[in-house]
Amino acid sequence: MFYRALFPRDLFAELDRLQRLLHQADDLSPSIRGGRGGFPALNVGSTPASVEIYAFAPGIDPAAVEVQIEKGVLTIAGERKIEAPTSSDKAAVHIDERFAGRFRRVVSLPDDIDTDAVSAQYRDGVLHVSIPRRAAAQPRRISIQ
Amino acid sequence: MSEKTAKTADASREEAALLPPVDVIEDASGIVLCADLPGVPKENLHVQVEADTLTIEGELRLDMPEGMESTHAEISLPRYRRVFTLSKELDTEKVAAEFGQGVLKLTIPKLAHAQPKKIEIRVE
Repeated sequence: MFYRALFPRDLFAELDRLQRLLHQADDLSPSIRGGRGGFPALNVGSTPASVEIYAFAPGIDPAAVEVQIEKGVLTIAGERKIEAPTSSDKAAVHIDERFAGRFRRVVSLPDDIDTDAVSAQYRDGVLHVSIPRRAAAQPRRISIQ
Repeated sequence: MSEKTAKTADASREEAALLPPVDVIEDASGIVLCADLPGVPKENLHVQVEADTLTIEGELRLDMPEGMESTHAEISLPRYRRVFTLSKELDTEKVAAEFGQGVLKLTIPKLAHAQPKKIEIRVE
């Protein structure tokens, strides 16, 4: 069922796809865990008061995602199930790019975070984990006497 | 249905965009297209069929705290876009779309006359 059908495709689209594959393979010896292009895609940002992590994991059950922090490492793990096409034998898969299966991604966090006040929310297919920094570590203005 | 790169004359739409991953499955009744558009709220998603061109466009919206500095970004553009060319036997009038949790599901049926018809054989 996972063959690529003989589909009338545009040459430019093919080139585009090839280019994307090349881009994904970026360096020829990627990291053993896939490096970039893993699922879910992660964006990480920081503010003086918190560390913000965005995991782009559309169409998953948030209850089945495991988010944990251990020894300064945040792990996001779970499984993405893609509903099988209406299993009639006449169905042909023309494009099959979406991720399916188990996933796990880790992010190492800075030392000054407060792991007791982590918040996580799932909206529009994005898991947003916000980890505040410890109050003591936040920049404080020191007045000069 | 085939894919094409966005080459519209309209220069304003040439903004860089991410290519969302899709699954396209065809069976006797039509085509089902699923696309991953995480971070796009429903009101920022635009699905358009114009003549034989299907365009999927979405603008990302993330709630970012003020003054956030990005330290690592794999989703580096605020926009998704992908364009497909639909073949003639598809009924563009009856495209149905569902969207939830960043997943778009489009169902494009085939025209009635393009549906397979079983031909009865009579024995005389």
